[in-house]
Amino acid sequence: MSNAPNYLAADNRLRSWFLTTDHKRVAILYFATITLFFFIGGAAATVIRLELATPQGDLVTSDVYNRMFTIHGVVMVWFFLIPSIPATLGNFIVPLMIGARDLAFPRLNLLSWYLFLIGGLTTLYAVLVGGIDTGWTFYTPFSTMYSNSHVVLAVTGVFIAGFSSILTGLNFIVTIHRLRAPGLTWYRLPLFLWSLYATAVILVLATPVLAMTLLLVALDRFAQIGIFNPAKGGDPLLFQHLFWFYSHPAVYIMILPGMGVVSELISCFSRKPIFGYKFVAWSAIAIAVAGFFVWGHHMFVSGQSVFAGLVFSFMSFIVAVPSAIKVFNWTATLHKGWVRFDAPMLYALAFIGLFTIGGLTGLFLACLAYDVYVTDTYFVVAHFHYIMVGGMVTAYFGGLHYWWPKITGRMYPEYWARAAAILIFFGFNMTFFPQFVLGVLGMPRRYHVYLSEFQVWHVMSSFGASILAVAYLLPLLYLGWSLFFGRRAPANPWGATGLEWQTPSPPPTYNFETTPSVTRRPYDYSVNGQAHAQNA
Amino acid sequence: MGRWIPLWLPGETSHARAVDVLFVGLLISTLLVLTLLFYLLLRFAIHYRAGNAAANRDHRIRKSWYLEATWTVATLAAFLVLFVWGARLYLNLYDTPKDALPIYIVAKQWMWQAQHVGGQREINEVHVPVGRAVRLIMSSQDVIHSFFIPAFRVKHDVLPGRAEDIWFEPERAGVFRLFCAEYCGTDHSRMAGRVVVMQQPAFEQWLARQDTDGTLAAQGERLFRQFGCSGCHSAGSAVRAPLLDGLYGKAVPLADGTLETADERYLRDSILQPRAQIAAGYETLMPSFAGRISEGELIAIVAYIKSLGATGRQP
Repeated sequence: MSNAPNYLAADNRLRSWFLTTDHKRVAILYFATITLFFFIGGAAATVIRLELATPQGDLVTSDVYNRMFTIHGVVMVWFFLIPSIPATLGNFIVPLMIGARDLAFPRLNLLSWYLFLIGGLTTLYAVLVGGIDTGWTFYTPFSTMYSNSHVVLAVTGVFIAGFSSILTGLNFIVTIHRLRAPGLTWYRLPLFLWSLYATAVILVLATPVLAMTLLLVALDRFAQIGIFNPAKGGDPLLFQHLFWFYSHPAVYIMILPGMGVVSELISCFSRKPIFGYKFVAWSAIAIAVAGFFVWGHHMFVSGQSVFAGLVFSFMSFIVAVPSAIKVFNWTATLHKGWVRFDAPMLYALAFIGLFTIGGLTGLFLACLAYDVYVTDTYFVVAHFHYIMVGGMVTAYFGGLHYWWPKITGRMYPEYWARAAAILIFFGFNMTFFPQFVLGVLGMPRRYHVYLSEFQVWHVMSSFGASILAVAYLLPLLYLGWSLFFGRRAPANPWGATGLEWQTPSPPPTYNFETTPSVTRRPYDYSVNGQAHAQNA
Repeated sequence: MGRWIPLWLPGETSHARAVDVLFVGLLISTLLVLTLLFYLLLRFAIHYRAGNAAANRDHRIRKSWYLEATWTVATLAAFLVLFVWGARLYLNLYDTPKDALPIYIVAKQWMWQAQHVGGQREINEVHVPVGRAVRLIMSSQDVIHSFFIPAFRVKHDVLPGRAEDIWFEPERAGVFRLFCAEYCGTDHSRMAGRVVVMQQPAFEQWLARQDTDGTLAAQGERLFRQFGCSGCHSAGSAVRAPLLDGLYGKAVPLADGTLETADERYLRDSILQPRAQIAAGYETLMPSFAGRISEGELIAIVAYIKSLGATGRQP
């Protein structure tokens, strides 16, 4: 093609990186930042799992332990999971996938990275000066009146990062509406874009509620306005309603992009159009909408009304239907396919298995009387780690391997990548499956010391966590290695459809020399369609 | 093996066993779905692997809406069954029998305090009789806690500033674990205790052995004077305030025209937030006692007002 330098080689002064408006470079900035946060959150998890290997509180004090699980939650949720796929892979791939030069608002995109960085550093500063011990949920009145830790500082960090979320969401919505290549109709959009669109809508609608809630927490702590203080006529439960009004949809912020990635991978490595394209696409929208009406399922024993409990339980079952539809369609896509087991596909298959276990155990929690028993126990911990880590992090790694050649222009070592995928799968199950058993045995979560009868399951979990830690370090090593020594990647190493594969790897700064046009449905992997794609 | 690798905690009440049946139902449906899904995934992945004769690079998908409709409707139907099953048991949990034995629980960082109607107090232990429904009326002195007895499959959050209640009916004598399930600060994991279930005669004996300052109502009567309540709420007082004799259990007409039953929650709220619900015909004079009165004192005063009740429903 042309001699235009690729986006990596274009201008490598520091200034050009930190003032870039190229969505691909912003994605790299995000990528470096969230990798750092992933390992910080992971370090906290390591302390937690080491401590829990014995029932006594012998490694750290209770106050330190409480700070560890808080920082693990805060960092992993707001500074890794929420930005993970959207801000890195999404930022990089969305404009390429729709045949655009950049996102709709490139400067806003850079601003959102800076806001994210400032938010993250503020929260880390809170950790360095003494930490925060409220749990990532900041429940009142503990956080507003009783905690002696740096609540306001940490909350400020999350508050600032929230604006970054809103701006990213806004940018995606406008980009997907306005910048699609000629011929790229809504039903020709790859499912990754439908997922990110649904995610972006939640980011824009839900995050402001979190911002207001955190502001109220800060005001209550500073000025004692008493909004959550019953002695002043306030209501501590109000906080939970506001918090989960954001944080339950946020769960879908953390899983919808993963579902989008998996739709791409399953289709590409089965050499088949996705089964039930419209059902998969609209189920993402259905999840985003219904996800706003289930927050009370976090509060079945909190003292909300019994009637509210019934409604929220019902809605929680309803919101599970579109997720089930997706799983069935992914499975059906394999039928009569041409299935290859490259590393990204291994991650995608692992995602389906782990996400399904996470989803099905979610039904136990949606079921009122059973939730009363296992809520706030290890059952919940295991459940959401199956969704967030087994689901989202696995999809993130799948997507990362899939688009790695496009992003870096280098191939990663395939066998190392497959080994890591398999090791992550086993390490993950070993870590979190025992926690389901602990929950069914009635062990509450957030316990620094516990009864010795639970120890055997904790030892298993900690052992699994050490495997998982190694498995998560592996990609850092071999992907790092591939940056310098990996084989040069062709434009389309997977023979995939999708516009991002029709430009060189890595892409030039302006993505496409001429604006591509689209005449076919997505995922046209028939032999005929392949010939067409190669000629394009 | 059960001793070294615990796999199951037996449910000890009829509610707990019903929850366990629900668990088995959920588990079976989950395993069915997982088996089917993993079978199909593996079968398709192996059978249609690239290079295998069965794999076909040019297969086209036919119209598939009937498959989509089938699995959507089947999923929805299964979910509705599970919803109704779980909901019915949940309703049972909040349908407290009228003759349940009330016990008052106060949670504070990081201990459980129980008060019996006879004035007996205990810390981190709750003694209850076998074969009788027990109603716990719980409130917190500081942050949110959660009262959790795993063997009974009951759990309920304990909040500051309001009374929440939960009930259970133990079926055999024994000692059962009690945990705090809502994170409440430094020693959250040490905020544990025991529920001691005793045969009725042994329970009576245990109650009789405890030192008390009189019954809860008698303690409440002293506090009623100490906090100055009697200054207004008594016959012949200069300030016009409602008399409390016979109040408990009655419908009270409020200034806004509604009727409110004077139950424990109403009495409690009226002490803490007197301006929220003004009895019809009275002035808004009463100060709030929020922050000035401890949860334990509040319970005693409510018990005293309750004992003035003429409705004959004294516990």
